[in-house]
Amino acid sequence: MFDDFLVRALLAGIGLALVTGPAGCFIVWRRLAYFGETISHSALLGVALAILFDFDLTIGIFAVASAVVLAMFYLERRDTLPTDTLLGLLAHGGLAVGLVTLSFFPNMRMDLQALLFGDILAVSRTDLALIWIGGALALGVLCLIWRPLLAATVSPDLAKVAGMNPERARLIFGIFLAGVIAAAIKVVGVLLIVALLIIPAATARRFASSPERMAVGAAVAGIVAVAGGLLASANFDTPSGPSIVVVALALFVVTRIRFFRSTESER
Amino acid sequence: MCVIGANGAGKTTCVKAVLGLIELTEGTVKRARSQRIGYVPQRLTLGHTLPLTLRRLMTLTGRYSAEKVDAALAAVGLERLGNPQVATLSGGEFQRLLLARALIHRPDLLVLDEPAQGVDMAGAELLDELVDEIRQSFGCGVLMISHDVKDAEAKADSFVVLVPHEHDPGYVTEGAASAADRHRDHRGHGHSAS
Repeated sequence: MFDDFLVRALLAGIGLALVTGPAGCFIVWRRLAYFGETISHSALLGVALAILFDFDLTIGIFAVASAVVLAMFYLERRDTLPTDTLLGLLAHGGLAVGLVTLSFFPNMRMDLQALLFGDILAVSRTDLALIWIGGALALGVLCLIWRPLLAATVSPDLAKVAGMNPERARLIFGIFLAGVIAAAIKVVGVLLIVALLIIPAATARRFASSPERMAVGAAVAGIVAVAGGLLASANFDTPSGPSIVVVALALFVVTRIRFFRSTESER
Repeated sequence: MCVIGANGAGKTTCVKAVLGLIELTEGTVKRARSQRIGYVPQRLTLGHTLPLTLRRLMTLTGRYSAEKVDAALAAVGLERLGNPQVATLSGGEFQRLLLARALIHRPDLLVLDEPAQGVDMAGAELLDELVDEIRQSFGCGVLMISHDVKDAEAKADSFVVLVPHEHDPGYVTEGAASAADRHRDHRGHGHSAS
């Protein structure tokens, strides 16, 4: 059954949604949307370096993304510039340097379209194995740092007084996010990855009474978006990555309308 | 013990230094090795995006049994509230919840940073009484920042007055008095922050 490209795409998408759900929740809680954008923009530089030194694209993206996370942590402490300025600097700096580097290889046939919008239908068996093994590892890491990261999200001071290390949890989460984004770029691409992180999480917020339930809800919403998007893509011959995001968005809007009414009547 | 002083005198900074939350530029802080500290921070704003129930907040920084959660909630009089979302609590209830959270591991020292700020008069009085009760029943030390000089004089065994950087004695008394006035004013309006 793994021979069918649609089945492979579906499994890859589900594996990914299981991780992007909880990850996206922290992005929403901690207001890290632009931080996610920065990591994904820097992916282009990762691609350029991977081609230059001839190694796997995902590893190249992960390496550069991790470097961007570390640079951000360093700059935040050292520099007086506001965080969003620093993020913009890294995001577009990484994008521009990546594009310039790629232009040095005129003979290089790069599918820029696939990089920007993803190509989930081209997922191979190896990719699938990587996504599920890597995803399981990533979820394990997230479980380990869950409590300190959540406490630090509420109040870093409270976490620190309780003997936790919020800074370390934050750094581990940054690297974790770099890994998730590197893996997800194959599926939805550089431009849409943040949508896959924040839309399911925003959808789940309405239904959740606890952080953990919101994380599970976001994973479920992500899976529905992936399945629906792939189905639509196969039926109407639309691009798969954007279709997934459109379904995620539709899901968000539909749940919003219903709950909007009920909260209005409560008041 | 109470820490009092005008706005900007460094009360919060001083307490954060005692807690080890900020690096010291000079001086030393001595803490007993096995001392357990319960901390109630000044104003905690929760984002609306994070769903958090009352009981879930109690176990934010550690696992505690349901009995311990119940006991800590009972100590601040929140045991009958059930398990609502934290965002729906009133300002006074939320401060009491933060107090209960700080109590759950039976601290040796309770550190409070202006717990009654933004709470209406009745709520503030209730908080004051609670802190007194807790000090006796839990047998813990209390280090509290206060705006209210008279209150600090009446209740605390001892207090520290922090003087702002301008070493002008006139400024200090004036500053402290106006701070106390402002505080009364603030209460008078009966804020019920949610």
